[in-house]
Amino acid sequence: MAAVQTSGERALNRLAIVAVLVITMIFLAPIYWIVATSFKPRNLATTIPPTVVFTPEISPFVKLMTKRSQLREQPTPEEYAAAPWWERMVFDGGEKVVRDGKDQVQWSAYPSRFLNSLIIAVTSTVLAVGMGTFTAYGFSRFKVKGEGDLLFFILSTRMLPPVVVAIPMFLMYRIVGLTDTHIGLIILYTAFNLSFSVWLMKGFIDEIPKEYEEAALVDGYTRMQAFFKIVLPEAATGIAATAVFCFITAWNEYAFALMMTNRRAQTAPPFIPSQVGSGLPDWTVIAAGTFLFLLPVAFFTFLLRNHLLRGMSFGAIRK
Amino acid sequence: MTQIELRGVQKWFGAVQVIKDLNLTIADNEFIVLLGQSGCGKTTTLRAVAGLETIDEGDILIDGKPVQHLKASDRDIAMVFQSFSLYPHMSVYENIAFPLRATRISKAQVDAAVREIARVLRITDLLAKKPSALSGGDMQRVAIGRALVRRPKAMLMDEPIGALDAKLREEMRAEIKRLHVKQGSTTIYVTHDQIEAMSLADRIVIMHEGVLQQVGTPEEVYRQPANLFVAQFVGSPVMNVADTTVSEQAGQVSVAVGGAEKGFAFPGELLARLNGHAGGGLKLGIRPEGVLVAREATDGFLPVEAQIIEPLGSFDIVDLKVGGEVLRARTKSGFVARAGEKVFARVDPAQAHFFDTASGKSLGVAL
Ligand SMILES: Nc1ncnc2c1ncn2[C@@H]1O[C@H](COP(=O)(O)OP(=O)(O)O)[C@@H](O)[C@H]1O
Ligand SMILES: [Mg+2]
Repeated sequence: MAAVQTSGERALNRLAIVAVLVITMIFLAPIYWIVATSFKPRNLATTIPPTVVFTPEISPFVKLMTKRSQLREQPTPEEYAAAPWWERMVFDGGEKVVRDGKDQVQWSAYPSRFLNSLIIAVTSTVLAVGMGTFTAYGFSRFKVKGEGDLLFFILSTRMLPPVVVAIPMFLMYRIVGLTDTHIGLIILYTAFNLSFSVWLMKGFIDEIPKEYEEAALVDGYTRMQAFFKIVLPEAATGIAATAVFCFITAWNEYAFALMMTNRRAQTAPPFIPSQVGSGLPDWTVIAAGTFLFLLPVAFFTFLLRNHLLRGMSFGAIRK
Repeated sequence: MTQIELRGVQKWFGAVQVIKDLNLTIADNEFIVLLGQSGCGKTTTLRAVAGLETIDEGDILIDGKPVQHLKASDRDIAMVFQSFSLYPHMSVYENIAFPLRATRISKAQVDAAVREIARVLRITDLLAKKPSALSGGDMQRVAIGRALVRRPKAMLMDEPIGALDAKLREEMRAEIKRLHVKQGSTTIYVTHDQIEAMSLADRIVIMHEGVLQQVGTPEEVYRQPANLFVAQFVGSPVMNVADTTVSEQAGQVSVAVGGAEKGFAFPGELLARLNGHAGGGLKLGIRPEGVLVAREATDGFLPVEAQIIEPLGSFDIVDLKVGGEVLRARTKSGFVARAGEKVFARVDPAQAHFFDTASGKSLGVAL
């Protein structure tokens, strides 16, 4: 095909490539900003105009991970010499690392908040996709009384803006003691994602011919076995796509997390900006926290990229 | 040893009755073909036997035991679906091995069984492939292999070669026949193609709108159709059917078609056989090969006009105008030179069928 391209087509092609490049750059700019800032020395983070050329350093990450306090007085040269490389970075920034009575370095809250995010997002995704797949299978394969109404009801849970239910939810959570618990957020996110997961999975499962399972049923398998051996592998693409969407929703959720949690079960999204308020904001630390926070989603999406692409075009290429 | 029996089976989908009081006994090792137009309930019947569809009334017995309450997986029956339904995520080998994996037999036995069936079906070199890499015919071979591999009590096939092109269909038809002869298992085969039915069946079961019309060997349903539906459904080109009046003049019985003045001469015993039906509400059925054509005036032949000639290669189909009706005759190719020609025709009494117009039932007249 390329061999018979006319010059007009070639020009058009080049134009398209340029357009794609420009759009990509616009989309990547904020990400570049975050990544660059997270490797900057603090005094270069907020310069006007922005500093583009600088010597990258990892002090923001050291600060992100450790509990620090303002230095009252400069460390003695001996103290400074005895300190490991990463502690010197903190000294250089006019702070010191907090140690407990046994001289153990104190971690910052970031790792535990990050872990909370992981636990809550992964668990709620597994639950939402798992239950959604079963529910969708039921709706897809069996005659359910009032199927249309039920499906609409499931979808309608998504129609209220979350802010509307935030206060009542908070009051209810306080009464039953679910505020600031992992299980509380997991329930919330699962419920929120479930409608989405049911509808998406129903679409995918509808596309799988029911003869596949029927063949398995006739061949001596129970419906449950047929579901696991035939339907699940066939639906893998849909499950992957649904899981990515659910995971991203739960991972990025801010409003409910801010309201429902404050310490033990707090996730990274409300935690990261909360660091802005204590003392002078250190944007490099915030950028470092944000950068690390982006990685799991990027990794997860990359891992499932083939499924995702097929998932998006599902239905379009069949039939 | 598997015998299947359907007793008074009824099935509704909502308000629509899809199977109406179906009674049928299938003998061990018999190859039964369910034949009927699309939508007449063939697939539903097959699925009911397989256990994929519940029935509302009646019994389904396998080897004398009622199975209508058993799950599909407990009936030990195999089914080949029209859509082949090979699992796309499994190789051909895994597809064929799949039914065996539901049982407790060892890996080595599974392997031996898969390779044996692959050898019989001549698909050994396809075992490592994914179904998506196969041609239609090979997919169907694999689907049949998957059905046969565990030696089920009975084999059900729903239009298994309907999706293939004509040449491949013919090839697969022969192959299915060969397999049945070799493996021997009670088989119910669904098709809407009467040629397929005639060439494969030990007995044909003809259904129309959920009602069983006739059960018989291919020869029987062709030679002695039980009613007008069967008469016109089986056989190609289609049997001529025309309103007819039978009369007797001076000891000569004649059968007039389409209000024509003169009728075709029939033996005198026809009157007795018709048993009071002569006079009204009678239809004559005659296959094109039963309409004999002559070019010169011959004794017993009536003058007719050839309207259309369809050359079909080995023979011609000639439309003859008889009174207000058209009878289609089968002639040697080129026998009638051109349309519009005057020729002479006769109905062969030995091949004539008479039907009651009101009920459509055959009067069973054989001369
Ligand atoms: N699951 C179903 N629900 C409602 N009607 C059905 C269903 N399956 C088949 N039918 C109807 O039952 C009739 C018989 O269908 P089927 O057995 O598939 O016919 P065939 O296989 O002879 O073409 C058709 O009119 C069809 O529309
Ligand atoms: Mg059918």
